[in-house]
Amino acid sequence: MAIIARTLDEAIAPIADGCMLAVPRESSGVAMAATRALIRRGVKRLHLVALPASTLQADLLIGGGCIATLETSAVSLGEFGPAPRFTAAILAGTIRMLDATCPALHAQFQASEKGVPFMPLRGLIGSDVLAHRPDWKVFDNPFGNNDPIVLLPALKPDVALFHAPLADRAGNIFVGIQRELIALAHAAQKTVVTVEKIHDGDLLSDPLLAAGTLPGFYVEAVAVEPRGAWPLPLPDHYAIDAAHLAEYARLAATSEGFADYLQRYVYERHAA
Amino acid sequence: MNDMPPETFRDEELLADVICRLIGDVRHIAVGAASPIPATAALLARERGNLRNLGRPYVSLLGSRQHTFFTDGSRELFDCAGQGRIDVFFLSGGQIDGAGNINLVSVGDYDKPKVRFPGSFGSAYLYYVVPKVILFRVEHSRRTLVQKVDFISAPGTSPENIFRPGGPIALITNRCLFDFDRERRRFRLASVHPGHSVAEVIENTGFDFDRPVDVPTTPTPSADTLRLMRSVVAPMLAEVYPQFAKTVFGASSSRPPQGDG
Repeated sequence: MAIIARTLDEAIAPIADGCMLAVPRESSGVAMAATRALIRRGVKRLHLVALPASTLQADLLIGGGCIATLETSAVSLGEFGPAPRFTAAILAGTIRMLDATCPALHAQFQASEKGVPFMPLRGLIGSDVLAHRPDWKVFDNPFGNNDPIVLLPALKPDVALFHAPLADRAGNIFVGIQRELIALAHAAQKTVVTVEKIHDGDLLSDPLLAAGTLPGFYVEAVAVEPRGAWPLPLPDHYAIDAAHLAEYARLAATSEGFADYLQRYVYERHAA
Repeated sequence: MNDMPPETFRDEELLADVICRLIGDVRHIAVGAASPIPATAALLARERGNLRNLGRPYVSLLGSRQHTFFTDGSRELFDCAGQGRIDVFFLSGGQIDGAGNINLVSVGDYDKPKVRFPGSFGSAYLYYVVPKVILFRVEHSRRTLVQKVDFISAPGTSPENIFRPGGPIALITNRCLFDFDRERRRFRLASVHPGHSVAEVIENTGFDFDRPVDVPTTPTPSADTLRLMRSVVAPMLAEVYPQFAKTVFGASSSRPPQGDG
């Protein structure tokens, strides 16, 4: 049964050092307030899986020294340019990178949702993405004739973390059409969610809302964090804070500038 | 609004016009991350379809709330593509080589790279399953168009026994348009943009390519096309690519953007 946590720190307690943490893409609802809280708490050695790509969140966690392994298909700041801390960490060899491709990650989460050990996927054969993933196997389609296909192991994160518009008091979470958030929660052992606000009533009792609702059954903890995706967007609620992203891109270009950013927007907790 | 007269145009407008012609008459065009020029072309193709009451093409802009119809999360794009429900997609590369291989990962040894790019995104799958993949790389230089890529995010062609209904049909740059010949596994120079020359293309291309004796000049966008791009397409583009729409077209959106992913 999901709990509505009294504080953000209480909600993110399940995200332990060394765990596999799964997070969504920028346009789905990224729990940025919780990400800053994790950095303040000093979380270490995370295996971060971004479904299927990441922007500021991965860059901030890498720069904050929280990541041992990163598994995703791309990290950049979109129109604001390359992700500077990600790039620096790869060039310095300070994180282990598992390069993927978007549909492979989706397939690996789907395998976990179904409780099966692997999922097949087209493409990939002949790429260096596959060549650098000894955990991915090429298999001959047993229903075909000389038809090689790639098998991808199920990904079972310890914790999924995201931000959504609404939760009710039973921990049901309204995600709307951002359905990869539902896949994240189905695949993970535990799910931690921050929300804009609490919905008075039962999200599952209204069929229109229920169609876009993750049942509280899957949810470990919820914290209320208004503007909890800031400076990233929350679909249908608020846009990306472009000026802030531009400032981040400028500061994070050097490790000194990044330290300055952390001090101003992460450690001194008055940001959003 | 862009107040450029129709007889002058920007490189981006020329490239979008060329891409729109390459798209042709199709049912569904999808546009991925960091692809503002292809997004311009796709929305232009949709506007032309609307003007003719065709009811196609459908356009799915990744990261858009308004210009996509998907309701099953970010996997729906890939599931659609796997079924053959996406006809056109666009890919770029930090490096692209003469065999159509693309590199979105790194330069140098993968374990000790000299340069790191964001990553492969969906390329290692979409390049195989989307019938018409249009490659675009605005910077046409020996740094970007290389003899052989350092990392294959996705190969240009595959052996006979690999399931591969898709692949590259063309490569467009700021200097020219290449067609891709899947049989010969090579590019062929199709046209050179106004103000550029064949000699300049050869000089700035790191791979060998085929070319006809007479290489045509890329046709310039018509006044009508420029008007559609500037007045109808640009404000739509601003939702996903606010910086690009502002710089190229001087347009801004009234709706919030949804970011990339």
